[in-house]
Amino acid sequence: MIEKDLIIIGGGPAGLCAAKTAMEANAKVLIIERSQKLGGQLVKQTHKFFGSEKTYAKTRGFDIAKRLIDDVTNYSNLLEIMTDATVVALYPNHELTVYQYGVYSKYKAKAIIVATGASEKFLAFENNDLPGIYGAGAVQTLMNLYGVLPGQSIVMVGSGNIGLIVSYQLMQAGVNVKALVEAAPKIGGYLVHASKLRRLGVPILTSTTIKKAIGNETLEQVEIVSLNEKWELISGTEKLIDVDALCISVGLSPLHQLLSMAKVEMKFVNELGGMVPVITEEHETSTKNLFVCGDVVGIEEASSAMVEGYLVGLTAAKRLGFLHPNYDQIKQNYHDQLTNLRSGPFGLKTRIGLAKLQGEDYAR
Amino acid sequence: MLDKTGIASAEQVLTRFPKKDLLAKAKAIIECYQDIPCNPCQTSCPFNAIYIGDDINQQPKLLVEKCTGCGICVTSCPGLAIMLAKTEREKAVFKIPYEFLPAPKVGENWHAINRSGEIIGEALIEMVQSIPRQDKTLLVTVSTKIEHLYDFITIRSQAHE
Repeated sequence: MIEKDLIIIGGGPAGLCAAKTAMEANAKVLIIERSQKLGGQLVKQTHKFFGSEKTYAKTRGFDIAKRLIDDVTNYSNLLEIMTDATVVALYPNHELTVYQYGVYSKYKAKAIIVATGASEKFLAFENNDLPGIYGAGAVQTLMNLYGVLPGQSIVMVGSGNIGLIVSYQLMQAGVNVKALVEAAPKIGGYLVHASKLRRLGVPILTSTTIKKAIGNETLEQVEIVSLNEKWELISGTEKLIDVDALCISVGLSPLHQLLSMAKVEMKFVNELGGMVPVITEEHETSTKNLFVCGDVVGIEEASSAMVEGYLVGLTAAKRLGFLHPNYDQIKQNYHDQLTNLRSGPFGLKTRIGLAKLQGEDYAR
Repeated sequence: MLDKTGIASAEQVLTRFPKKDLLAKAKAIIECYQDIPCNPCQTSCPFNAIYIGDDINQQPKLLVEKCTGCGICVTSCPGLAIMLAKTEREKAVFKIPYEFLPAPKVGENWHAINRSGEIIGEALIEMVQSIPRQDKTLLVTVSTKIEHLYDFITIRSQAHE
């Protein structure tokens, strides 16, 4: 059994930011990351980010990752990083099992921050397992990390920010995005993203869904169909589109499995994306000294994940006896930033979700 | 319409243009029609000509008399929702953000494109700027016929036809 002070599970934006403030307070941190590199989904994001300057707005995602990684590697005397390391088990007594390079090891920590992020939802339709059908994350990995095109022509399903942004990136890479279909009657993501796609000539088809995929060995065609206001298929509106790729981007759900395994109190909150841990205002779960931040406690933008990370790093460090020199001031500052980020119409789902999770006063 | 198709209506677009006599000098046209948490346009403007305020969900407002037409906001907007427009006799001159390859070159003729992605005419490339602050988003100066002032939004290469 290897004993540590603070273990952070997940080296994406939330985990990295938590590590930063915890180490500013002088706590020792071990970050355990499943991939070969830190940065989480940020490393695949080639577009400039929204938000405020404090959360690196107008900086491209992969550059934000570099900055967050630099921020933590400055504390080399306090920081340990394990990459290519998957936490395969989390137990109620703050013990965990890590799988790395073919070896399982047991760790125990005084405090744990779970920042595992989210996984993609998929969609049920006929032949949805044909080669050529991807999730948006896979498309970004192929295209933006490895420089491999997912296909020559593609249909995107889902008009949330990820669907809109990945469509734009596909066009930049030279893939012909033949249409973006959205089952809801309105575009889900930011309209500025939709407009920049539309001006490239990409049709955005709302109240439309995919009925089936067609192809012998790999994808050759998709059949799309219009939906009425009750979300029922309108027969006779089917259309075939010739493509060799299809990208599914229909939302994310929190990667809660480790928390469920550790038997913390969980709740299903649709607005937050699925099963999420019940938390205190300080992001502590029902297990003492087990904290959460980022998408694992509700799907939001990376900007909110970062600020939540900064907050939780402060709290966890304090719990271990390491008080950040400007604790009260920066804690208030991060709280204000989160409130600001969530105060508009796009924060409504999060506000409702957190209210369901924690009681009305938290959401204000 | 906009929230179903991604295409702003002609009326919406007109609300973002200052009076025509003010367009003798280049002014920012800010097509941000939705309350989203974002404010780099405000924080990047060296002349405090774009106002959002403390609540970053508010839509930006252009203080047209303070706008010098410098173009810094154009490549700072992560939504590529800002361009500059001015009028020069029979020409409309724009500065637009552009993030595709091949990059346009000065003197080339490209297609002028409207908000629906349709070709509406020709656009002459007059200048192409790329400095580190733009972070790889090109700032392209193009001119079209004056009648495209309210329709033009971007350019498309004629090379592949």
